[in-house]
Amino acid sequence: MASPIAWRLATITAVRPETPTVRSFTLSLPDWAGHRAGQHVDLRLTAEDGYSVERSYSIASEPERAGEIELTVERIEDGEVSGFLHDVAAVGDRIEVRGPIGGYFVWDATGPLAEEPLFLVAGGSGVVPLMAMLRHRSRTGLRNPTRLLFSSRRVEEVVYRDELDALAMAGDGLEVAHTLTRSQPPGWMGYGRRIDDRMIGEVLGALGDRARSFICGPTALVEVAANSLVRLGLPGDRIRTERFGPTGT
Amino acid sequence: MPVTDRFVTRGFTGRPRTAGAGAPGDAASRTPPGQYLTMDFPVLSAGPTPHTPLDRWSFYLEGLVRQPVTWTWDEFKALPARDWTVDISCVTKWTKLDMRWRGVSVDTLLEHVELQPSAAFAIVHADGGYTTNLPIGDILNGQAFVAWEYDGQPLAPEHGGPARLVVPARYFWKSAKWVRGIRFVDRDVPGFWESFGYHNRGDQWLEERYSGD
Repeated sequence: MASPIAWRLATITAVRPETPTVRSFTLSLPDWAGHRAGQHVDLRLTAEDGYSVERSYSIASEPERAGEIELTVERIEDGEVSGFLHDVAAVGDRIEVRGPIGGYFVWDATGPLAEEPLFLVAGGSGVVPLMAMLRHRSRTGLRNPTRLLFSSRRVEEVVYRDELDALAMAGDGLEVAHTLTRSQPPGWMGYGRRIDDRMIGEVLGALGDRARSFICGPTALVEVAANSLVRLGLPGDRIRTERFGPTGT
Repeated sequence: MPVTDRFVTRGFTGRPRTAGAGAPGDAASRTPPGQYLTMDFPVLSAGPTPHTPLDRWSFYLEGLVRQPVTWTWDEFKALPARDWTVDISCVTKWTKLDMRWRGVSVDTLLEHVELQPSAAFAIVHADGGYTTNLPIGDILNGQAFVAWEYDGQPLAPEHGGPARLVVPARYFWKSAKWVRGIRFVDRDVPGFWESFGYHNRGDQWLEERYSGD
């Protein structure tokens, strides 16, 4: 029997705005044993009277960063934990963390998947675990053909926009395609609609059915993207998904 | 450093607490540790949603049974069904109260086979290759059912339709979506999430989320 994954105290060492509603938090964890790109952690907040809440957040940072992890958290309306993180938590505060958790929605730059083309599809803050994969890929110097299709509502809501631009200009085989579903700025060169079959086919392009795919975002986006990939001939076991958000029903 | 005593998070007060009898307090007492209540019905799946046509759908009981049995969709829907109103907790922390389903009890299914004495575990199989494991004792006596309706409507594919197992007393990954059959075995075999770091039993009241909890 494995021993439990222990709760640890992490210290917030940096807070960085990514968009008006998304912030990244650097958590110092000196004895962190490492994680795999795509894994998450649980956070626990406890009030004076013992009332406590837990939430899971994907790790945004690459495993190569020693002694700390970064979480990128969207402020959810009325969110008990995300609201606290955005409005109250400050550098120097300590917070309870346990993990890493999850062993399926993961991608290792050194494993058997490393040589395969990588096709990532993200919706909004669903980009977070995929960013861990892209940072991991970049840090390890991998050059496997990789494409990210990233759906956001507006250009100012694109999480990691500058960093994604920089990664895509590194010339290491990464291409990033954006779509903006609500409004597009003048001169916008990317897509301007919700993800559909045609968009998936165009961005997947030459990666073809040899690609390994990770999809993370709201349920409706994940359903569309995964179903498209199945229709394009990608075997179901090459498509890994992570979903969040209401179903709308 | 590992946490020993109860740690209090600076500045965290949380939502207003409701105490005493009545609906809100009742809701609190029905929420397992570490969970929050949601009105949504979130979707979590590890891969694409399978779409098996109903004329190719079947449900089987096999393994350590005297005579395996297979039902077609029409035969399965003709089994004695009932309505179930249960609270569901997902390991991703949401709990939803009073979820209304319609389906057939696993007890009713088992009336059609004779389990061999050595049968001790149920390995649940689903479209897409998903599996989950349960001791037989966890799915008997009204503890588990196979549902094809949710909230008066046919169960949507993203929620596991045409049919999903529902085991309310365990975290929701044990309630296999797109379920197609149960294999009875004498020795436990970890299922899909049970092989990826999640707890083998998954009792939400004991907060058995991850391996070792």
